[in-house]
Amino acid sequence: MVRPQPPTPRRRVPGRRVPVALFVPAGLGLLFLVLPLVGLLARAPWATLPQRLAAPGVLAALRLSLLTATVATAVCVVLGVPLAWLLSRVEFPGRRLVRALVTVPLVLPPVVGGVALLLVFGRRGLLGGWLDATFGVTLPFTTAGVVLAEAFVAMPFLVIAMEGALRGADTRYEEAAATLGAGRWTTFTHVTLPLVAPGVAAGAVLCWARALGEFGATITFAGNFPGRTQTMPLAVYLALETDLEAAIVLSLVLLTVSVAILAGLRERWTAAP
Amino acid sequence: MTTAPDAPGTAARPPLLDAHLVAARGAFHLDVALRVRAGEVVALLGPNGAGKTTALRALAGLHPLAAGHLTLGGVDLDRPDRRAWTPPERRPVGVVFQDYLLFPHLSARDNVAFGPRRRGAGRRAARALADAWLARVGLAGHAGRRPRQLSGGQAQRVALARALAVDPTLLLLDEPLAALDARTRLDTRAELHRHLDAHPGATVLVTHDPLDALTLADRLVVVEGGRVVQEGDAADVTARPRTDYVARLVGLNLHRGHADGRRVQVGGLTLTAADAVAGAAFVAFPPAAVALHPAPLDGAAGNVWPATVAGVGRHGDNLRVQLDGPLPAAADLSPAAAARLRPTPGRRVWAAVEAADVRAYPVGATRGR
Amino acid sequence: MRRPPAALAAAVVLLLAAGCNGPGAGGDGAGGRLTVLAAASLTESFTRLGAEFEAAHPGTTVTLSFAGSAALATQINQGAPADVFAAASPDTMRTVTDAGDADGEPVTVARNQLVIAVPEGNPRRVAGLADLTRPGVKVALCAEQVPCGAAARTALGAAGVALTPVTLERDVKGALSKVRLGEVDAALVYRTDATAAASDVDAVEFPESARAVNDYPVVVLRRAGNPAAAREFVAYVRSERGRAALTAAGFQPPPA
Repeated sequence: MVRPQPPTPRRRVPGRRVPVALFVPAGLGLLFLVLPLVGLLARAPWATLPQRLAAPGVLAALRLSLLTATVATAVCVVLGVPLAWLLSRVEFPGRRLVRALVTVPLVLPPVVGGVALLLVFGRRGLLGGWLDATFGVTLPFTTAGVVLAEAFVAMPFLVIAMEGALRGADTRYEEAAATLGAGRWTTFTHVTLPLVAPGVAAGAVLCWARALGEFGATITFAGNFPGRTQTMPLAVYLALETDLEAAIVLSLVLLTVSVAILAGLRERWTAAP
Repeated sequence: MTTAPDAPGTAARPPLLDAHLVAARGAFHLDVALRVRAGEVVALLGPNGAGKTTALRALAGLHPLAAGHLTLGGVDLDRPDRRAWTPPERRPVGVVFQDYLLFPHLSARDNVAFGPRRRGAGRRAARALADAWLARVGLAGHAGRRPRQLSGGQAQRVALARALAVDPTLLLLDEPLAALDARTRLDTRAELHRHLDAHPGATVLVTHDPLDALTLADRLVVVEGGRVVQEGDAADVTARPRTDYVARLVGLNLHRGHADGRRVQVGGLTLTAADAVAGAAFVAFPPAAVALHPAPLDGAAGNVWPATVAGVGRHGDNLRVQLDGPLPAAADLSPAAAARLRPTPGRRVWAAVEAADVRAYPVGATRGR
Repeated sequence: MRRPPAALAAAVVLLLAAGCNGPGAGGDGAGGRLTVLAAASLTESFTRLGAEFEAAHPGTTVTLSFAGSAALATQINQGAPADVFAAASPDTMRTVTDAGDADGEPVTVARNQLVIAVPEGNPRRVAGLADLTRPGVKVALCAEQVPCGAAARTALGAAGVALTPVTLERDVKGALSKVRLGEVDAALVYRTDATAAASDVDAVEFPESARAVNDYPVVVLRRAGNPAAAREFVAYVRSERGRAALTAAGFQPPPA
């Protein structure tokens, strides 16, 4: 801008211009993510939607999905946040290996993860037999098993998001807390956690979404029984065997409810001062 | 320092803080002895990287000592040879950090109440205490604000209140005014002075700003390269710098030479000084005392030497001329004198300084260590 | 600034072109490529048959894709390029023929029956369907939406046995793996699957299985890129050699 007032009325705020090189792939990326949803909507049997929604088992599967995903997320937060703290704050031998191990569930095909869980918590598993003999606890084919499978698959999302947040946080605040008399635990709960709260929230959302969509590990470890272990993804899969339209309806229900919940939560967070 | 002219009667008591801080940070090695009496404010003054902050972190317990000792009020807080170490949260120490580090998720009141809460006060008592402290630093009306809603000066005062609210035996301040703009700094410095005066415990202030050190501290400890290079009260340090760094800070020309009475051999010249010294000696004189002349002065006694103008800059209302030659020095010229002399770089001039303005003092008498 | 999008578009086009490069392209008589979509329970027998067919027809490459029949039928109805479809039930086959995706009438090439798969050595001494209702006996069935589940339901109904399984698996392999891992004491699976897993599980025959026999129909697909080879392959499956391979896998011959 050499001249202060260009004669043409075309004025653009310099920061608002989107470079084509970014805009085009961004648009394609969005399209790629949204098109399958469009496909579902296009094939949805709108006329018979009410009857299909009222079909037995739909509500039960939805309830079970929301319940197990939420409990699994809680489990992940309770176990994953301290793990992320350990990885980001404590120097110990083999830390890089541990960090790599945390991502194992991401790499492992979920079905294999389910088999692995059976080998540990199953009736003949490394711990399963002992759990059963000692506490009378059996996990396969139970709702608790669904939670376990979902938590296994979803936890890396929380730990990785959380570790990133912790690494980005200024550790000098923790030192300031120490000079004010706060021990390590109090510092963690009163300073570190509030500072990385957005990271925890982001991690928990990712974790919850992943748990909600979990299929392979769940059906392998917890099996499939309506009302007890049949979550929405399992119901969708089985519906697909006989009735594509029913599968579409179930998918849309799952999508709508999860998007509504996430949007609602976001509203709350951004509305908070 | 064994006598305390400003605090009669306290000389017999042992210092409240008695520390010999030996610590390593990578290749850097810190070795600083520090003694501070109750009510005394000591400034650790030094250039960046001198080890001031490491010393402060060692005092706070954020950096363990490798050797030496740290005793506060007769209690060993860090004593590597006895394997004694008190973690920061159990030390009676308050710290004002360089950029304050107020907890962004807490209000000013909760920031100040944080320390008292951790040290056992109930929620209401801690809040009442915090409100009292905020009132003392003039922020009674800002208790509910978050740190990001506070100005720099206000945040500094909240940080001070937070550090003092735990009633620390030792108060540490790390560059407490560095983050402020010039105007705010002036007001805040005056207020800080008031609070430091009122603090009954020992205070250690870390700064690279000589003005902060001179105005806030009772005593200066100059640190360079991890060692104490000079120690003394403001008058002593400003009058008798012992390193180029201190000389530059206090605005004196400093040279090292060999004295025989009032005559000091410096850089091939013989200067006449106001003081009589024997052996290795420093000579110091202010730039304002240096007069410049276009030609050698006939029959002038005193100290005269040829010089070349190396550079010219502004210094307050005057010009400051950097001189090269046998005795590199700075000279201040009034605008009138500058108009007569026209000191352009490369110009050859004669420099003169009265013997009465040249202070000489022995090299050997480093204090403190 | 026009170049990156252009390059990207080119990449997209290339990808699409690569995606179209299915078996439908370049079919030429009996040679070329042949794509067979087959029910998961045909894995062992069709793998063997495919290799034999290739050996007998030099120049022909057989690509086999195994999955649940219903999933395969959905793929075919959505236009997946393939030459032959072998389903595990006439019902599933019907979704393909009803959609007009088949070329000619399906022919039944084999029958399958249910057996009770139990861990090796049959620790629970399961002898028949009634034993599965004993307390503490955990049973896995297939979900009713898949053929083995429908067959199990018919058989249990015929036997008058009311059974509550711990899980309704998505396919036979899922039910079988629960037996293999010891998580359940028994599962109703096809005899072929029990045969394939003979090293880990024992098969217990039960009379009611005759009431729930599964026919395996095979058909040449309408969009076959290589119809000649497809017809030859179907004929091969129906030949003596084909029958032998199917029988070895635990199938029974189709009704004459």
